[in-house]
Amino acid sequence: MSFAAPFRRSLIPRTTRKIASRYPCSKRRCFASVTSPTTPEAPREPEGTREVPMTVGDGGSGTVRPVRQRHGSDRLVFPGAVNSKFTNRLRFRMSDPNEAIETYRVMDTEGQIVDETHGLDFESLKEQTLKMYNSMVTISIMDQIMYDSQRQGRISFYIVNAGEEGIAVGSAAALSEQDVIYAQYREAGVLMYRGFTLEEFMSQCFSNKKDNGQGRNMPIHYGSRRLNFHPISSPLATQLPHAAGAGYALKLEGTPACAVTYFGEGAASEGDFHAALNIAATRGCPTVFICRNNGYAISTPTLEQYKGDGIASRGVGYGIDTIRVDGNDAWAVYKVTKEAREIAIAQKKPVLIEAMSYRVSHHSTSDDSFAYRARVEVEDWKRRDNPITRMRKFMELRNWWDQEKDTQLRTQARKDLLKAFNAAEREKKPAISRLWEDVYDKPTKDQWAQMEEMKDILERYGEEYDLDMYDGGKGGVVSKK
Amino acid sequence: MRRKAISLLCRVSRPSTVQHPLVAPIASLPRYYSSHVPPNAKLNQPIQYNTSTYLSHTAAATLANPELPSSIRTSGNTNRQNLYQSINSALSTALSTDERAILFGEDVAFGGVFRCSTNLLDKFGPDRVFNTPLNELGIIGFGIGYAAHHESNTAIAEIQFGDYVFPAFDQIVNEAAKYRYRGAGEFSCGGLTIRMPVMGVGHGALYHSQSPEAFFCHVPGLKVVVPRGPVQAKGLLLASIRERNPVIFMEPKILYRAAVEEVPVDDYELPLEKAEVLAKGSDATVISYGTTMYTVELAAKAAKEMLGASVEVIDLRTIYPWDKETIFESVKKTGRCVIVHEASKSGGVGGEIAACVQEECFLRLEAPVGRVAGFDAPMGLIFEQFNLPDVARIFDAIKKTLDY
Repeated sequence: MSFAAPFRRSLIPRTTRKIASRYPCSKRRCFASVTSPTTPEAPREPEGTREVPMTVGDGGSGTVRPVRQRHGSDRLVFPGAVNSKFTNRLRFRMSDPNEAIETYRVMDTEGQIVDETHGLDFESLKEQTLKMYNSMVTISIMDQIMYDSQRQGRISFYIVNAGEEGIAVGSAAALSEQDVIYAQYREAGVLMYRGFTLEEFMSQCFSNKKDNGQGRNMPIHYGSRRLNFHPISSPLATQLPHAAGAGYALKLEGTPACAVTYFGEGAASEGDFHAALNIAATRGCPTVFICRNNGYAISTPTLEQYKGDGIASRGVGYGIDTIRVDGNDAWAVYKVTKEAREIAIAQKKPVLIEAMSYRVSHHSTSDDSFAYRARVEVEDWKRRDNPITRMRKFMELRNWWDQEKDTQLRTQARKDLLKAFNAAEREKKPAISRLWEDVYDKPTKDQWAQMEEMKDILERYGEEYDLDMYDGGKGGVVSKK
Repeated sequence: MRRKAISLLCRVSRPSTVQHPLVAPIASLPRYYSSHVPPNAKLNQPIQYNTSTYLSHTAAATLANPELPSSIRTSGNTNRQNLYQSINSALSTALSTDERAILFGEDVAFGGVFRCSTNLLDKFGPDRVFNTPLNELGIIGFGIGYAAHHESNTAIAEIQFGDYVFPAFDQIVNEAAKYRYRGAGEFSCGGLTIRMPVMGVGHGALYHSQSPEAFFCHVPGLKVVVPRGPVQAKGLLLASIRERNPVIFMEPKILYRAAVEEVPVDDYELPLEKAEVLAKGSDATVISYGTTMYTVELAAKAAKEMLGASVEVIDLRTIYPWDKETIFESVKKTGRCVIVHEASKSGGVGGEIAACVQEECFLRLEAPVGRVAGFDAPMGLIFEQFNLPDVARIFDAIKKTLDY
């Protein structure tokens, strides 16, 4: 057979290639005018004309715009950098380690407002403040209960949120219901604030039949269509480009909302981070990227994660509006998220927020963090700063809160959580057919055959399996879908 | 390096009647790439796409296809299109019938390096047809996000060559394929279709020749489709785009300009997960897809002439989940089976088909299932003619299975 027969003649290089004229490609036009000004496509302008027409992509809308180039100017308009001056000083650029990007703060560790330019009317936010505090406290109590239950072997896995409740709840309070959320896994506070019920939390962790994910994913991999919260997946940073795509969808729909995605500073080392920020910037996606920089990715300290000025310094490189914020200051997080959301929606572009905090807990129930960091360091952090106590002090300064109310809130939360916990633990697991369902919109022929195969096995070896805990027992093995 | 290779292929695939005056005629020079037909070759003859019976050269032949909707068959409205033109027609139809559909990838805005998206930017605007940064995982991740945002969102992503899909492997395998499952039906990215040119092109070497379908056939949640000609390409691509499951749509790049058919002008779909019997036969079944269908055609013809064998030829079309009934029915009838694909043999699609045929047709098999595939080596530039299944190797496999 001849592999290239149809192409043989055209293998000879052609001297001129017709460029698709309907879509003026910026790069070709620019190179043509800079390197070969006599090309017919870009004729040199007559002597006396001080400018040469050029085009560059405008990023986002997919069109090109003209740029005027002045002869004898102190800069040449390269297509890849349209406003760079020439210099005869050979100097490698390096960010100044003494001039790190500053951290925005509204209140100090004692709950005192340090920034009077915050523009927040706290009196009108009283109800919201109580809801934020309630969410943070409930999450912290749920974490204790679930952490212990994992230690007792009642659930298989858990990840706590300790020290980072302020980032989740502060940002969630600044978002609207229409905003679409993509989380990593340490953002239960977002769900709590948005109205995920205790039953839903517990059902997911116990993989029972009421779980929105039908018991398929590990504990803490929450998701909710009702709350516009996409299901969490374990691969790190994969959700970042999803949020860019969702932001783009919102823009095309004309919905006045943004996509918001959370990720740790470790996840920001993944290629997906680079992909997502770059595509979000070039396509003009209303997406807010919120990085939780808590100092550790499991055992890896940030010093082994990156050499630059955190994650925030990278946003600028992508042409993205960027800010660093005190993650233990829920009001600062609230304020920057609110601003970021407005910028993203009004200006149709992404924003990057780096929220600084400290992971006071172990990474997960499968991790003992004292294997790689000193216990004293953690104890110091717990004493020094905490988003929940900061918010409590803020409320106490305004006489919105006191010890009695706090005790009452904690007692009630614990009671509600344990009630949900016990109910979820007793609930049946989903029907066995759920193993095959939802892989596709409907089961394939092979999957039907595999259900029948399993049914046959259960008929003959039923005693080898835990059938009673599953909805419908062995009768639930063949899909009703 | 990669960009250079792309522009080379791009230029190569443009037919030109004007020869460079400074370059000697090709025939007088030794060929250092690809293959040519050796003077004494009897089997490895050039593929004659213009006379292949696996392409419909007349409107009547096209409209005789019972899989086409009756409205298409009675309208009689067809025109001659090659594969890239029919893809272009399908994309245009998809974008005009679905206002939530977007098309994006590297260099798609000016028409694509293989011309598949020509004119679509003009027709549908820069918000719906656009270039992305050069980042495959970003393209697929972005597409997943767009498709998962709303169940009726349609994202048509292009990976410039199938060889470059691997940076997006994580997004495809861990995210796209499992989105509906982990969201328990509340979420899915079923509106995502990933198009990519695949298979050998004569001189694509390591990174412009691969057939990565088997990697994706190991992933529940995906569908994998490979058309063999323009009529199929349009019908199967439209079905894939409208299908509410993520689909990997692989376009055999050597056929972009070579395969020409009378293609229905109007909107139509062809069924997924359905194989097509191209030639009825009684002595052996040969199963393939994509580019090698035409090699199989010549091998079957040679088997008829030289061995008097009647070979049944089946185009798989959807590689995963594949049409087992049609295959099993055929093998039970013929008792012999040969599977042909360009991708390397170990872990290839042929192994799966062979195992299933063995399970299902054991008592009817009269010979071991044969496999003709790429060898277990990357596609070395100068060795392509030895690596790809050709007429001689397929003929020999048919002969061996008949002689067994």
